[in-house]
Amino acid sequence: MHPAFSVIFLTTLLGVGQGLFLALYTGQLYAFFDLLPAQGNRSFYAAGSAIALIFLAAGLVASFFHLGHPERAWRSAAKWRTSWLSREVIVLPAFMGVVFLYGVAHWFGWHVPLLSLPGGRPVDATLILGAIGTLLCFALFVCTGMIYACLRFLQEWHTPLTVVNYILLGGASGFVLATAFAAAVAQEIAGFYAGWAAILTALAFAGRVASLLRNARLKPKSSLSTAIGIKHPRIAQKAQGAMGGSFNTREFFHGRTAFFLRQVKWLFLALVFPLPLMLIAAGAMAGSPALLLAAFGVQYLGLIAERWFFFAQANHPQNLYYQAVS
Amino acid sequence: MTQLALVIDLNVCVGCHACVTSCKEWNTSGEAGAMSDFRPYDADPTGTFFNRVQTFEVGEFPNTETVHFPKSCLHCEEPPCVPVCPTGASYKRKEDGIVLVDYDKCIGCKYCSWACPYGAREIDEKQKVMKKCTLCVDRIYDKTLPERDRKPACVMACPTSARLFGDIHDPESEVSKAIREQGGYALMPEWGTHPANHYLPRRKTQLRIHEDELVRADNPLKIDGKLPKPAKQEPSLDDVTSW
Repeated sequence: MHPAFSVIFLTTLLGVGQGLFLALYTGQLYAFFDLLPAQGNRSFYAAGSAIALIFLAAGLVASFFHLGHPERAWRSAAKWRTSWLSREVIVLPAFMGVVFLYGVAHWFGWHVPLLSLPGGRPVDATLILGAIGTLLCFALFVCTGMIYACLRFLQEWHTPLTVVNYILLGGASGFVLATAFAAAVAQEIAGFYAGWAAILTALAFAGRVASLLRNARLKPKSSLSTAIGIKHPRIAQKAQGAMGGSFNTREFFHGRTAFFLRQVKWLFLALVFPLPLMLIAAGAMAGSPALLLAAFGVQYLGLIAERWFFFAQANHPQNLYYQAVS
Repeated sequence: MTQLALVIDLNVCVGCHACVTSCKEWNTSGEAGAMSDFRPYDADPTGTFFNRVQTFEVGEFPNTETVHFPKSCLHCEEPPCVPVCPTGASYKRKEDGIVLVDYDKCIGCKYCSWACPYGAREIDEKQKVMKKCTLCVDRIYDKTLPERDRKPACVMACPTSARLFGDIHDPESEVSKAIREQGGYALMPEWGTHPANHYLPRRKTQLRIHEDELVRADNPLKIDGKLPKPAKQEPSLDDVTSW
């Protein structure tokens, strides 16, 4: 497939925003159960939510560049019964709304207990909003992943690993950003976030390597023989019906060499996993927000390469019909 | 239920591209607006087409065969492009099974083209909407046309009648008979899309002649007159008397 930067930015930016929100709420839950020092500083959650919202909004803006008719984008909520893209279009604004309310609830200190747990712990609006947000967050991850995983003849994508990796990579990048954010404004919980960021990055590495190994062993189900229905092992295209290329030759080919693809793979494997891990370790030990922010920056750059590779690696069966110009 | 479809006879197609030009001419002049071209008379021309004729070489020299392969939307009975459309712009008509795009609803996200394993959909890069073969839906029901002209433009144009058009759910239709009796097949059956369009395979006309059909054991007409005259009692091979 031809990697479109609009979609690359959409999926990576959403991942960061979602991961950051999950990080904030995880921190709050830990504090709720007295496993972490509570954040009396109301701006931590509020500002964190604002940052998450900025990433989500940036992703949303990026998505509009993918559309031929952005002014009709509202129509895309119509077919949620069948289309994962439509579901994403519904879940994303809902999630953004809840993140906004979550931040607002923290900013204005809506801490009136609305109900209480069996142990007598009071549950306030922020916790409930956070729980709803978490559900929506995972729903959004599933929608985003399923947009690709549901296309059964794009065999590189048609695996549960696609959804798992969207969750893990988004989660990892969000937690790395949360580590940098905590190091800047709430030093005492930076170590907590650093630990989870490292764990998620390691898990994401396992997931991504698993999908790389899987894809390396894939056998294409379609061949020229099934494409034109002639049983012969040697079929060669002599003309594709157009001399100057078409939508089919532009949209479904990455237009790079196999060598370039391999380089991108090694690049993202280095940028997304080991380098941020080292920077997190160094930053967490030195307590340096700058190093941790660098960890996020490096990982995000790597994620752009990762997503580029994700698209470029998918080999569409329609390419069988577009092997030779003339 | 009706399922309109094309049946394309690869045995007859000569690769003249008349269906391509006829399709483009009809559909670019329709109500839905032009099918945009870019640099049509320049280097690197490109544009939107519903139908393309491709050419494949099967086998290895000297035992090769050239196959001309017209390719357009197959109007699948289980179209994977339809459920993924977020707006419902892409739909399959219940009454005749034609898969269509509502150009006024399409947001140009290209997701349906990703979901088509055949590459049958092409975006119009000027109008920014997805386009595809309509089976000339604006022609086949047009009562102002004489009945014999109510066929897709490509079918009308084909000089060798390689393209048949009809309802493949009607067992007595011309297309159903052609599929049934001449080995019609679907493309990429492995994806379960059940394409409505079918292709008829290349067929070789072979005449089997045995040795004894070439070399006569007798000379029944006695034209040469040089054969030894057999005795009256002796039978001849062609069971006529030899005198």
